[in-house]
Amino acid sequence: MTDLDRFLSTFFNLEVMARYLPMIVDGFVLTTYLALVIIATGLTAGLLLAVIRSQQIRLVNWTIVFLVDMFRALPPLVIIIMIYFALPNVGLGVSGFVAVWISLSLVLTAFAEEIFWAGIVSVSKGQWEAARSTGLRFEQALLYVVLPQAVRLTIPPLTNRAIAITKGTALGSVVAVPEILTQAQTGLSFSYNPSTLTLGALAYLILFVPFVVFGRWIETRFAWKR
Amino acid sequence: MTLIIDSFFNVKIMQAAFPLLLQGLGMTIVLCFVVIPVGLAGGLIVALLGTQGSNWVRWPLVAYVDFFRAFPPLVLLIFIYFGIPFTGWDIAPFTAVVLGFLLNTSSYYGEIFRAGIESVVRGQFEAARSTGLSAAQTMAYVVVPQAVRNVVPDLISNTLEVAKLTSIASVVALPELLFAARSAQSITYNASPIVLAALFYLVLLWPVVRVLSRLEHRMLARH
Amino acid sequence: MATTDHAILDARAIRKSFGSLEVLRGVDLNVAEQELVFIIGPSGSGKSTLLRCFNRLEQPTSGTIVVDGIDILAPGVDINAMRRRIGMVFQSFNLYPHLNALGNVTLALRKVLGKPRDEADEIAMAALARVGLAEKAKSYPNELSGGQQQRVAIARALALEPKVMLFDEPTSALDPELVGSVLKVMRDMRESGMTMVVVSHEMQFARTAADRVVFLDKGEIVEAGAPERIFGSPAQTRTREFVTRIEHR
Repeated sequence: MTDLDRFLSTFFNLEVMARYLPMIVDGFVLTTYLALVIIATGLTAGLLLAVIRSQQIRLVNWTIVFLVDMFRALPPLVIIIMIYFALPNVGLGVSGFVAVWISLSLVLTAFAEEIFWAGIVSVSKGQWEAARSTGLRFEQALLYVVLPQAVRLTIPPLTNRAIAITKGTALGSVVAVPEILTQAQTGLSFSYNPSTLTLGALAYLILFVPFVVFGRWIETRFAWKR
Repeated sequence: MTLIIDSFFNVKIMQAAFPLLLQGLGMTIVLCFVVIPVGLAGGLIVALLGTQGSNWVRWPLVAYVDFFRAFPPLVLLIFIYFGIPFTGWDIAPFTAVVLGFLLNTSSYYGEIFRAGIESVVRGQFEAARSTGLSAAQTMAYVVVPQAVRNVVPDLISNTLEVAKLTSIASVVALPELLFAARSAQSITYNASPIVLAALFYLVLLWPVVRVLSRLEHRMLARH
Repeated sequence: MATTDHAILDARAIRKSFGSLEVLRGVDLNVAEQELVFIIGPSGSGKSTLLRCFNRLEQPTSGTIVVDGIDILAPGVDINAMRRRIGMVFQSFNLYPHLNALGNVTLALRKVLGKPRDEADEIAMAALARVGLAEKAKSYPNELSGGQQQRVAIARALALEPKVMLFDEPTSALDPELVGSVLKVMRDMRESGMTMVVVSHEMQFARTAADRVVFLDKGEIVEAGAPERIFGSPAQTRTREFVTRIEHR
């Protein structure tokens, strides 16, 4: 029993947890906020790029594909470190929060653009033609006929991708953003007891498990029934 | 303009940092060659158990998969690397990274393999069993090959993510590519090594992104 | 049937090439008000392309198309305003799967004509009633049979009160037992005086409903005339061969 006791007092030390709970809660609030602005920015920008791409202007499309490829190929942590540690060299210092926000938004934009674009392409040509034949303009056909169908197909992959990328907010700990992991590590360095990490882990689970379950539900619901 | 070139594309610094970064790249590649097969094997086991067994096996596996899909990999790594030593086991960075990646990637790969197995039509099981193949043989020779083929883009996509994810090993001082670049940067006070590391990642992973993009569009065209 | 000489659709010297392939090689076609023109011809003869030129889903390489007095190929013409006066019915229905029957019909009424929802609903319900599907207004396309879907598609075009309706093989994708319901709707429309251009293989329908049958082959009009003449005593060998072949299928 002493082994178990030791284990519990090391990883589930209620006294330590209680002491650092307020810090973790602060981190939780910040992580949630950061995750939400990343999702809002990334999805909006991704949709916008996909719509621009549907105009089929060659040079513009090449640029979009180039940028999308780049932000799919680069590890998010590399992007964060570039923005946070490199930009100050040319006098463009940004806070860790902004660095993470920009970086992860860029990554989500790239993935969302690909997903939205795939959705738009998957809507058959006949749908465009039917819409245009009744006098709808290009933008109207896109907005009222094509996008509603495209978005349906994109919900499952977008949900999964948004979860995967917003989990990257933990990378903010590398650039001193006081999110959950940072707070948990700070707590660890003060208390010298990893229960703060346990508490941080619980905070992440509380935040993300509902999304994962939601994603699973939506996947079965919206599965490609065509 | 010269400031930008000096700070980001300083050839002299890049040259000086190049050998160090090359070593880092080597470690990144070694990491990939360890964690990807381990993750694939783990994922296949998770999927096979999850699609065969009774609910007593399946639900814990669903919980396992969802748990680690909800868990940020960096948090997992920090937990393992900084938490486990409190139990008296001094864990090396490499072991910590492999363990963390096993838990994380086997969940993702497991989910992909499960979807693949479920995409194989029932008739395939029945046809195989009707010719006298055992359940294990049916899985090995009939179901899994088709399942894998159905989810190739997802497998590549996840493998790309795993390769990118190896960069978080830098946080626990494993001398892979990003760690090497940050060391060089902190010595030179110049961002060029980071830019060089980014270029290395692009050279390594851009072709994968291209292939993936084509595959995804082809899959879609079939729908 | 009372027909007047007033041309609703006047196409002259229409040419259309896809790369080096010339699909239409100078087609002239004039459709009078309340006339039903039936276009027949072997596959690949350019029938569908011609029809799609009439509302500029395809851009002709050269030629002029005047619909209800307006040159729709002129630069600066408001093609969307024209298109709502040119109804089109597709082989594959192309109903919007995310909208119910009513929503399919009201979309253009609201977004192109800017009608308020109540008024659009009222017009759409009347159009659905005309095709005999008022009670299916709330059904989604995947809940309707092929014949019903095609009738909703007809209602979608009809609701915009077009000057002319184009039918691109409207029954080709239907199971045989569902063809009749669509043809009946088309016959009703003709009775009420709609100007129609129909590309189809329903020869029986052409015989009984068309004012004029146009035989198109290799991108040219070979022969045109009353159905009795085209089917009974065609002047051209190519027409005779085609008619014999199609009748003995």
